[in-house]
Amino acid sequence: QPGLSRIAGSPSSPSFPKHAARSLYRIPFHTRRPSRRRGYGGAAACSPSPALRPREFNFGVPVMQRDTSSSDASASHAGRVRRRRHATEATTDGNRANGQPLLVNDQNKYKSMLIRTYSTVWMIGGFAFIVYMGHLYIWAMVVVIQIYMARELFNLLRKSSEEKQLPGFRLLNWHFFFTAMLYTYGRFLSRQLVNTVTSDHLLYKVVSGLIKYQMFICYFLYIAGFVWFILTLKKKAYKYQFKQYAWTHMILLTVFAQSAFTVANIFEGIFWFLLPASLIVINDIFAYLFGFFLGRTPLIKLSPKKTWEGFIGASVTTIISAFLLANVMGRSQWLTCPRKDLSTGWLYCDPGPMFKSEHYSLEEWVPHWFPWKELAIMPVQWQALALGLFASIIAPFGGFFASGFKRAFKIKDFGDSIPGHGGITDRMDCQMVMAVFAYIYHQSFIAPQNFSVEIILDQIIRNLAYEEQKYLYERLGEIFHERQLTQS
Amino acid sequence: MQRDTGAGDRTPGTPSPTHGGRLRHRKRSNEVPSDVNTTNGANLLLNDQNKYKSMLVRTYSSLWMMAGVVFLIYMGHLYIWAMVVVVQIFMAKELFNLLRKANEDRQLPGFRMLNWHFFFTAMLFTYGRFLSHQLVNTVTSDKLLYKLVSRLIKYQMFICYFLYIAGFVWFIITLKKKAYKYQFSQYAWTHMILLMVFAQSSFTVANIFDGIFWFLLPASLIAINDVAAYFFGFFFGKTPLIKLSPKKTWEGFIGASVTTLFSAFVLANFMGHFQWLTCPRKDLSTGWLHCDPGPMFTPESYDLPGWMPQWFPWREIAVMPVQWHALALGLFASIIAPFGGFFASGFKRAFKFKDFGDSIPGHGGFTDRMDCQMVMAVFAYIYYQSFVMVQDLSVETILEQILRNLTFEEQHELYEQLGKLLVRAN
Repeated sequence: QPGLSRIAGSPSSPSFPKHAARSLYRIPFHTRRPSRRRGYGGAAACSPSPALRPREFNFGVPVMQRDTSSSDASASHAGRVRRRRHATEATTDGNRANGQPLLVNDQNKYKSMLIRTYSTVWMIGGFAFIVYMGHLYIWAMVVVIQIYMARELFNLLRKSSEEKQLPGFRLLNWHFFFTAMLYTYGRFLSRQLVNTVTSDHLLYKVVSGLIKYQMFICYFLYIAGFVWFILTLKKKAYKYQFKQYAWTHMILLTVFAQSAFTVANIFEGIFWFLLPASLIVINDIFAYLFGFFLGRTPLIKLSPKKTWEGFIGASVTTIISAFLLANVMGRSQWLTCPRKDLSTGWLYCDPGPMFKSEHYSLEEWVPHWFPWKELAIMPVQWQALALGLFASIIAPFGGFFASGFKRAFKIKDFGDSIPGHGGITDRMDCQMVMAVFAYIYHQSFIAPQNFSVEIILDQIIRNLAYEEQKYLYERLGEIFHERQLTQS
Repeated sequence: MQRDTGAGDRTPGTPSPTHGGRLRHRKRSNEVPSDVNTTNGANLLLNDQNKYKSMLVRTYSSLWMMAGVVFLIYMGHLYIWAMVVVVQIFMAKELFNLLRKANEDRQLPGFRMLNWHFFFTAMLFTYGRFLSHQLVNTVTSDKLLYKLVSRLIKYQMFICYFLYIAGFVWFIITLKKKAYKYQFSQYAWTHMILLMVFAQSSFTVANIFDGIFWFLLPASLIAINDVAAYFFGFFFGKTPLIKLSPKKTWEGFIGASVTTLFSAFVLANFMGHFQWLTCPRKDLSTGWLHCDPGPMFTPESYDLPGWMPQWFPWREIAVMPVQWHALALGLFASIIAPFGGFFASGFKRAFKFKDFGDSIPGHGGFTDRMDCQMVMAVFAYIYYQSFVMVQDLSVETILEQILRNLTFEEQHELYEQLGKLLVRAN
């Protein structure tokens, strides 16, 4: 089996030139790194696809990138060299230096690195631009990424031979996708939506009505899909259809849970989206660098190229940079202010106690020559330490999961949307795990703790008509007035 | 287990104990001969001793189940919740075992425990969310316990997330080289099972604590639909309904629908008279309940229209508003809920199983009994939340909530935020 013979000049693949075998070894499909962009940064360590010369699992679809030759591998994989050992595992560790000249010598690798760098730069540039544009555009970017991811994943385990007998089956997938989108964004952005349409009275009524019955509408759309699925069950294809149905649910669950939480985070303040994403990117890059220079002990059988040195070095770096980055990002109001509606203008707000620097005196701790006598630390920096810890220790498991998955189903990449990187899911695997954690952490420890007010306000918005809301407001005002009178 | 390789369960000649009585709207005779043969099928039914025996077994276990359910309803909300939890555990166990391959599992020690870990996490999450109010109200007696419980609820989401991540990491660490595909399939299967089992049972429990009525009525409608469909099919069944379940007929379907709608209307009135069934339970106690039934259960009198014949004894009827809602529930129970059964049939056919399990003699497993109930329970919850509960959430009730639950500062904050919202709307 190819998976095990990642040894240079392995006897099982005599036709491969030695350097090609080594390059296969370095393959990882994804990644490149540094990208600030949400999806793109994660790649490196996050989806260490094994250099399994994959026999691509042919589902009847001419699968892209059948890796039967080494050049193919290098074109799409070269460069994913984070904390990887360049030498083969069979030779001793002393051989590490030998790997490098080969990299330098190979023209194909240069070319592929160039492609990857080019697309990475574009991704970073695009991402920075969108962050500048604002919350609404970031949301739009998330939706676009979702659609691409879902499309990749839907296509992944599809067998075109079976699908020919089932017209309209793909449409069912998109129906469920649309329902899931309506449901998640309806729940998470209902307040913002209501605040946006307050200009027009009629629109406000329509939108409040929709929100009030949102759960019911989504449920009925789901039931319609369910009934449609049952009505289109074809005798010979039961098993395939049920599997696709389950697969669709799993995809939608994965894709929507994390993107819904990401969007919720964005509207709480771009900081809570940008910081976790950056930490994942930083973790990847430093894991590569540490592994490159110091890597010796393999980390996990699932991703043989990862090393403990890379892992630990990256963890330390990530935690430190979390601390520093939180301070840097916390100074910008554009990043820290929550967005209450769907507008795109500039934001002003009171940053809140989380982003106010507190001064700590260092007099007794440091020697005389130390220039700074006191530190200004924002409370958010302590929280960022927790985010950094998670990003370095748990988030890579998202990458391991994706690798294991690809190995289990003998797929090389989730897709091929991004030249040099593979598909969008390849980029997003660690980011997904991080986004969910960031949301839950934020909700549990950072969000204002007055849940009761939020819950009741939510109830008021969802359940009362405009006139009723006004009436409630007036009644409350009267009660407060009476209370003041009796107290004074 | 019970791989169904023969057409045994589809012909009347094989009274398999698990399918013999599932005679809802099925044609008793073979499909191949002409429809005229229906009465012949009934004769065959009468003549076959095995069928009698299996019908007896089924009736016996049905009676026990009904008696058990009635007893639990009498005992109250907490015990019904316990019953739901027990049913959940059995269903999950059946479904976990269903697609397990014993030979692969031997190489993976501790893999089954992973399933139960996720099960426990899901249980903590769903019941923590749905019953947080009730839990808080129950432990108000002891101050320390109250603090502990409020903390747990506050961080409930985080705790459950960490339990899930622990399971996720454990899964990845235990991936074994040769068994990747099997392990990933099992992982996906576990998620699907837990999603299905917990969505419907948590909604069921939420319904129970809003009033046993909202649990009992939908469940009864499903049972009535099934029984009526069987009888209509038995006596009038002629035209097959769907290829997936060849024994179901259009006559059975339509007859059952009409019966279900009618009984929904009548049953809602009957059940609405009992405070035990209609009052919501605010905590986890088990004592008696008294409450103001609310406008939903207060009969309103309607004068019958003039075109009613003279001999009709009643000149006006008292209809509770809830009866109109019950019509909607009945409509769903008769038209959409059977698709839950079709789904289960199709699933069993796809993966070549005869039954989901064998816990209940004569009936198969828990999942076999619950398939339509699951679809109905979700609908009942969503219908309740969208159409019934909101009618109770008038300005008065919200105002009362505000004054009772919020501190003065929080009330002022709410006032300010509401003000901002309304100002923008103008």
